[in-house]
Amino acid sequence: MADEKKNIYGALAEFTDPAALLAAAEKVRDAGYHCFDCHSSFPIHGMDEAMGLKRSPLGWIVGFMALVGGVLGLLLQTWVHTKAYPLVIAGKPFFSYQAYVPVTFGLAVLFGAVTAVVGMLVLNRLPHPWHPVFFSDHFEKMTTDGFFLSIEQQDQQFDAVKTVAFLNKIGAQHVELLQEE
Amino acid sequence: MSQTPTKAEPLILGNPTFASITEQVSEITERKTPLPWYILFTMSVSLVMLLFGMIGYLLFKGIGVWGVNIPVGWGWAIINFVFWVGIGHAGTLISAILFLLRQRWRTSINRFAEAMTIFAVMCALIFPGIHVGRMWVVYWMFPVPNQMGIWQNFRSPLEWDIFAVFTYFLVSSMFWFVGLIPDLATLRDRAKTFWRKKIFGFLSLGWRGGNRQWKHYELAYLLLAGLSTPLVLSVHSVVSTDFATSQLPGWHTTILPPYFVAGAVFSGFAMVTTLAIIVRRVFKIEHIITMRHLENMAKIMLATGLMVGYAYSMEFFMAWYSGNIYERFALINRAFGPYAWAYWIMISCNVLTPQLFWFKKLRTSIPVLFIATIFINIGMWFERFVIVVSSLSRDFLPSSWAYYSPTWVDILTFVGTFGLFFSLFLLFIRFLPIVAMAEVKGSLPEADPHSHDHGKH
Repeated sequence: MADEKKNIYGALAEFTDPAALLAAAEKVRDAGYHCFDCHSSFPIHGMDEAMGLKRSPLGWIVGFMALVGGVLGLLLQTWVHTKAYPLVIAGKPFFSYQAYVPVTFGLAVLFGAVTAVVGMLVLNRLPHPWHPVFFSDHFEKMTTDGFFLSIEQQDQQFDAVKTVAFLNKIGAQHVELLQEE
Repeated sequence: MSQTPTKAEPLILGNPTFASITEQVSEITERKTPLPWYILFTMSVSLVMLLFGMIGYLLFKGIGVWGVNIPVGWGWAIINFVFWVGIGHAGTLISAILFLLRQRWRTSINRFAEAMTIFAVMCALIFPGIHVGRMWVVYWMFPVPNQMGIWQNFRSPLEWDIFAVFTYFLVSSMFWFVGLIPDLATLRDRAKTFWRKKIFGFLSLGWRGGNRQWKHYELAYLLLAGLSTPLVLSVHSVVSTDFATSQLPGWHTTILPPYFVAGAVFSGFAMVTTLAIIVRRVFKIEHIITMRHLENMAKIMLATGLMVGYAYSMEFFMAWYSGNIYERFALINRAFGPYAWAYWIMISCNVLTPQLFWFKKLRTSIPVLFIATIFINIGMWFERFVIVVSSLSRDFLPSSWAYYSPTWVDILTFVGTFGLFFSLFLLFIRFLPIVAMAEVKGSLPEADPHSHDHGKH
């Protein structure tokens, strides 16, 4: 019995549609759970609030890195044209900042976009192909038309029996316990 | 099919469910490869071989195998470059700008439109690489420390092109891939064979659709859309500065950046519409890519076609109003000089053809749309031809004037790039979901958890 408990990852509950999942998420949040997630094949409107999640910091990170990219672009061009390889071209000043705009803009966008992608993957801890939810046979249909709610065992309030009963009470079609390995 | 302003038409026809959309789109990639695909793929790959052959011949013999010569130092290569980059712009506009404008109908077409962008930009990038004459020192274009101590001229639009178009290629590819992740996860979960499971498992990065992931994902998507929007507007503006920053009559005009961007959107949407008509018929997804989508795209083409037509007339007016004899001549020469044939093809294809779209009956007719969009793309190629060649072949001094013709190498290289474009597109439609399933599902009324509360979307 003790062995089994150590190996439990958590509980996985299936719901019928987005509205049911949203309502369930609110109840799970209100019951005081923190380590839970709602799975769907598309993002559900209003789910962030229903789960009590804070806004993603990615916006700040991307904005900052775009600025870094722009500044690096300006510095590169300034250094190249004033110090490293100054060329007299049509009598234009060496520090011709107006002409530096396109490359600066391009680099700012590039740094911002790469940060958005890499930052999203890092914040989501992806790639992560070996997650316990995949051990459920039911979960396969999530990406088609399934709606699931998972509560992890590491949540302080988790109890193998009580949490399963709670999930059944709030309208789950099917609840199962997931193993770690 | 009428759309009343107060009541939203369904985006997807036929009472779709989340499961039906997933099934219909995924199944296309899961069935046995049909014979027509093999035939078309063989044809396109042979054109790719032709492309490589032409590039090899060019590398071996030099730029002399092309038709460029003094005074026309820029010919088909730059025309084709601008043509392909322009086509790419529609995909980003659909993915990014229509997303920011909350046009949910974009979800049926954004996947393959963005794929089209990436493939078009790949075709475009070939030309700056091969036209330089000394392809083996093409790395001189990139700011990499080297033993000669040389650096690039960042004040040159040709250098700006490098940064703009490469950034555009990388950002579009990343945006496309990020959008694909949830759909790759769908294909992973449906996979039955060993290789499909492994490959889609790897590519989907372990995506498990949890809202904690969607939270960061959706913001990343919004940020990418927000970054791509100014990027797409700037890329073709930068490409136009290749011409606008020169002193040549007909080129040296500030109308070029907005005119090029409008033209790019115009030609890009024409290509998207051509491909959409084929794809929806072949794969029987007319209920996902509906007449409403085609009609919206026709309206966008009408709007941008009018902008392009306005630009043509403004160029003419400004040339006259400027009083500059060289500018006046350059514009009259376009219409009545040795390249008048190209000019009038351009006018009839770009100005007259989109006027058909004023009429609902015509813009909702598949044959009319198909033929019109092909004419529009032909016209847009000729627009770049007219701009490049007419100004160069007859500039300031009559003693320098000469007529430019392409060689067979020029022509076959261009034909070869279509092979590259269609080969990549065929691979895409065979192996990847051509419609953004997760996005389409998310835009259905059933996806809204409060859909029973009120009638609005």
